[in-house]
Amino acid sequence: MSWPQGTRSSSRRSLQVKFVPDEDVLKHIADDAGAKVRKDKAQLSVSVKRFVKKLENISDNEAQEILEEKNYVAALGICAQDPLGNGSNISGGEVYSFQTPKRANKMAELASELAQTPEKNVIPNHSKCPEKMAKTPQSKCSSSNKVQQRNKKKEFVSTTPYRLRKRLAAPDPYLESESEYSASCSEEEDEEEQKEASTVLSDQKTPGKTKAASTPPPRNSLAKKIKEQKMGNLVEEYFEAHSSSKVLTSDRTLQKLRKRRLNQQTLHELLKNAPLAYAAEIRDLNEQHESLFSKWMLQLHLGFNIVLYGLGSKRDLLEKFRTSLLLDSVHLVVNGYFPSITVRSILNSITEEVLDHIGTFRSPLDQLEFITKRFKEDSSLELYVLIHNLDSQMLRGERSQQILAQLSSLPSIYLIASIDHINAPLMWDQTKLRLYNWLWYETTTFNPYVEETSYENSLLVQQSGSLALSSLTHVLHSLTLNARGIFRLLAQHQLEKKDNPSYPGLSFQDFYQQCREAFLVNSDLTLRAQLTEFRDHKLIRIKRGADGVEYLLIPVDESTLADFLEKEDEDV
Amino acid sequence: MSTCSVSKGCFVFKPNAKKRRLPEKTAHDFRSTSHDSEDTELRFVTCQSLWNQIKFETEQIQEDLNKQLLDNLVSFLSRSHSDFQEKTTKWTCRMKFREIPTAAVVLGVNVTDHDLTFRGLSDVLQDNITPYVALLEAKDCPAIKNLMQKLMGQLMNCDIEVDSLEDEDCVQVPQNRIRCSMLSLISWYESVTKKTDSGTPSKKRNSSSRHWQSPPVVVIFKDMESFTTKVLQDFIVISSQHIHELPLVLIFGIATSPMIIHRLLPHSVSSLLCIELFQSLSCKEHLSTIIDKLLLTSRFPFKLGEKVLQVLINIFLYHDFSVQNFIKGFQLCIVEHFYSQPLSVLCCHLVDLKKRVYSLSHAQCENIRRLPSFRRYVEKQESGKQIELLTNDSFLKKETERLLEDLYVYHENYVSILRCLHVFTSSLPKYPLGKQIRELHCACLENQVWETEEYESSLQLARMLNKTDLVSMLQQCVEILTSSSGKEFDKTVEKLKEFLTQFQNLEVAEASQERDVSVSSQKELQKKTDLYHLQKTLLELKESRRSKKLTKFEMLRFEVVDYIDRLVRKYLVPADNRTLHEIVYFNAATVLRGHLNAAPRTALHTALNNPHRYLKAFSTVVMAGEEPNADAASSDQVDDIIHARFIRAVSELELLGFIKPSKQKTDHVARLTWGGC
Repeated sequence: MSWPQGTRSSSRRSLQVKFVPDEDVLKHIADDAGAKVRKDKAQLSVSVKRFVKKLENISDNEAQEILEEKNYVAALGICAQDPLGNGSNISGGEVYSFQTPKRANKMAELASELAQTPEKNVIPNHSKCPEKMAKTPQSKCSSSNKVQQRNKKKEFVSTTPYRLRKRLAAPDPYLESESEYSASCSEEEDEEEQKEASTVLSDQKTPGKTKAASTPPPRNSLAKKIKEQKMGNLVEEYFEAHSSSKVLTSDRTLQKLRKRRLNQQTLHELLKNAPLAYAAEIRDLNEQHESLFSKWMLQLHLGFNIVLYGLGSKRDLLEKFRTSLLLDSVHLVVNGYFPSITVRSILNSITEEVLDHIGTFRSPLDQLEFITKRFKEDSSLELYVLIHNLDSQMLRGERSQQILAQLSSLPSIYLIASIDHINAPLMWDQTKLRLYNWLWYETTTFNPYVEETSYENSLLVQQSGSLALSSLTHVLHSLTLNARGIFRLLAQHQLEKKDNPSYPGLSFQDFYQQCREAFLVNSDLTLRAQLTEFRDHKLIRIKRGADGVEYLLIPVDESTLADFLEKEDEDV
Repeated sequence: MSTCSVSKGCFVFKPNAKKRRLPEKTAHDFRSTSHDSEDTELRFVTCQSLWNQIKFETEQIQEDLNKQLLDNLVSFLSRSHSDFQEKTTKWTCRMKFREIPTAAVVLGVNVTDHDLTFRGLSDVLQDNITPYVALLEAKDCPAIKNLMQKLMGQLMNCDIEVDSLEDEDCVQVPQNRIRCSMLSLISWYESVTKKTDSGTPSKKRNSSSRHWQSPPVVVIFKDMESFTTKVLQDFIVISSQHIHELPLVLIFGIATSPMIIHRLLPHSVSSLLCIELFQSLSCKEHLSTIIDKLLLTSRFPFKLGEKVLQVLINIFLYHDFSVQNFIKGFQLCIVEHFYSQPLSVLCCHLVDLKKRVYSLSHAQCENIRRLPSFRRYVEKQESGKQIELLTNDSFLKKETERLLEDLYVYHENYVSILRCLHVFTSSLPKYPLGKQIRELHCACLENQVWETEEYESSLQLARMLNKTDLVSMLQQCVEILTSSSGKEFDKTVEKLKEFLTQFQNLEVAEASQERDVSVSSQKELQKKTDLYHLQKTLLELKESRRSKKLTKFEMLRFEVVDYIDRLVRKYLVPADNRTLHEIVYFNAATVLRGHLNAAPRTALHTALNNPHRYLKAFSTVVMAGEEPNADAASSDQVDDIIHARFIRAVSELELLGFIKPSKQKTDHVARLTWGGC
């Protein structure tokens, strides 16, 4: 136990320290244990009583805490009836039913406290405020300071008798079992366990503790035993959970199913035919949300921005909002779930298409500044921005969010966005929240996320790569025969090396050599010109390795590449 | 017009110019939405004007609160470089020149509101002292290079703005290419100050009337604690070398305590700073002022109910300490109230009330009749009046007007008495009814405060107050009541004054009495020296004291407390008990909480675990609990549709952030929530 803990406990009740010389302890343990035990019996039972009392205190305290929590929750208006039947106003405790840790901690604390200072008077009512507890030692303990110091000194000494006791206890174990308080062997085991637990918990032991521990626990200390078992379980569970880092999982993979992986299209077809469960109820729910549209409009105009959360795709809802209310005004729809969306593209579409500005910007910040300026100058400019999935992979970065937040804080830009990820609110700190000025709306729709999951990034859908493939062929068809040959060469090489996971790419020199041999180029300049063209079309990537050599790589997965070569062969 | 595409993520829609809707149509939204389309336009106008008033008021308060701080800072700044200004070459000055004048502004933890403070500060500085103000934030300055870049960018930009007549090219080109060093900054400063010197006379007058010849350069570090120490140290050391060429002044925004400067900077560096400390008002005091000025006043007809106020205060205390957010919540309350309550049209100033009441439509009259508080009121009336109220519109209107005026008077009185009560409770030990007036206000709104235990105990404590305290409190109460606009308080004030004079009379009488007693007992004690007798006399003395009748003072004290108690019972009735309170008080705390303090995680969970909360017909769980580690292999022929649905469920769970593909094994996913990897 750490030092502050000790002071706190001592401040809570006045600590009585009795000096027990080592010889006494020894004698007590070895010689006349029985007699001592009998003598100690009364004392011990008192301490047990205290313990029980303390337990009550704890439960009281906990009840108090729960009560306080309830008060807070009630104050926030959770308990009040909700007209819409929204789910957000249930307290978290009802949803996530893990409430034990608090108790466990308290038990541990209590146990160690008891182990440290067995002979202290329990003042029944805990003082509640920790500040007070922290302060009192200075005022109260001036007299007991010396005592405590002595106590501390003893703690160092006290380890010896403990060890001694163990050694002495080993030769004649019957000594303890003989005593009238521990009749069965199971009790003894219990005791051993208890010892273990307390050694784990407290590394400083007063002689008093050893005394208390050496006497077998009386029958009636049920509460204590339960606690010990609990402690033991806790410790065991902890080590069990952390013993093996390897998690065992089943070997049954989807490959064992005799089913082919579905590709996106068939999946889509299948799902379209599958009837949606509870369609009528879901429709009712969505109609409820739709009745809020004009309210959203009003609040957008008053300077708030709106964020929608809750289970189910909110795309249709926002789309309906757009088609019913926004058709007469300038608006921008952003599909956040689009795999290659960037803040840049959002800003670009504002500057280029909304503001009709031609030209580029050095950085997104410059662009933002430009937009801000334009919107401030021209008060008739208004823009509604709808963002589906503001929390998507591409937009959830700190910088992107900062820029979007700043954008949304402009008075004539109205933002309405949806979030789906369970941890989405963690994206925003106080500053961003202030800029966003959100009003939260729970719109649980239960609609399937059809569009949002349609971009072939799901882990169970076969990655067909048809997009990349078609773009590859399109670009290559517009090139010369030689250029196509060069690309083929590179592709073949990459396919040969597909089993090597750390394949860096083909080095420029090697590639030049091969191209020369195939009579595709005559100088490295022509090759370079060709490669530049490839790079501009994003067909290849050029990386400079650690040794300064350039490596060429086609950033497409193997299956697509293989498909591509097959197709090429057909053409030729 | 579709927004689905595989090649594009952003879609811009621009309607034809003539079809474009006009911006000033907010009122239209207001109207089309509400189910009862009664008086929407008027409601909207009232709402807007009320909000504008409140906004103006809050800004005013903000300004007043910051005024002192800003004034102090400005005077500090003008003092700091007066030596530089006068170009004195005194030895002491030269000694001092290695030190950078620094203002440490202790602002408290909340950051979002400070932006406003800093913006105000830099505006004031630019108006009064110097055009050269740079605001730096820690997140922009990870290294000294970035810091210099930011600093120079801001300073030189401001230069462009100040004299926009100058040819922009000659300033902007070097800015892009210039090497960010202290030297270039100094040369820039020299050129700038020289330019204003040699500028055309008219222009020079213009600028020099506001600023001095060589104005200081102010650098504001918004969040000093978040800067890396290295950057700060370097910057301070470098700039202290050049302080005689560049009159630099630093302003540190500090969230924790001024000690942090010495903890962040070693002695060698902090000794280069000449620090002066400024303390801004804490946000809690700020909130108290706002509540005092916005809620505890009869100037605004709109009021917050107990639950709503509690929600707002809790969000403030438990979540952000942001007064701005509190005001935002208040705005939302106003909007919600006027939007959802058709009768809120009557929530206006007393002057307009009569006209509005008499122009109510029949439907609105029915709305009034439907109000629960009005129903209660009707039930208490005799049968003849009941019929009149329920059938005769014009009678109802007359009654409504009277009731609303009553409500207005009630609120006026309520505030004054609340303040009086607060005078008492705020000085009691342990503050049983709360230290802040907002706590007392909540307690009084919640239920009848005199029935609570806290009130009982505070009365008990008040009965033990000493005279000086009591007198000063009474005086304060008299002040509050006389300054209040309520007409009913003449009598009360008189009564309180009477108490005061009684106290004064007591003073004379009691003093003599006291002396008598003490002298006599003293004498007795001196007479008998025997231990036994001494004990006896002491006991007697004690007895006599115990059984002694209450002194006049105590009697009077009881009277005063009882009087206060009577006032409280009369005036501090909770608003819920008043008839027609729904018109003026906003009570939908759940709505407010849902919008401001939402719990998306909970919503998601409830929807998955407990769908019947949303869909009343649900009996089984559809989407939840489909364990991704599929053991569906039991039958080889899996239905295609089930397979597809499974795939969809998995990808949706992935989208929602419950699982992610584990890299170690194919087809395996890792749990991300509740004890995942």
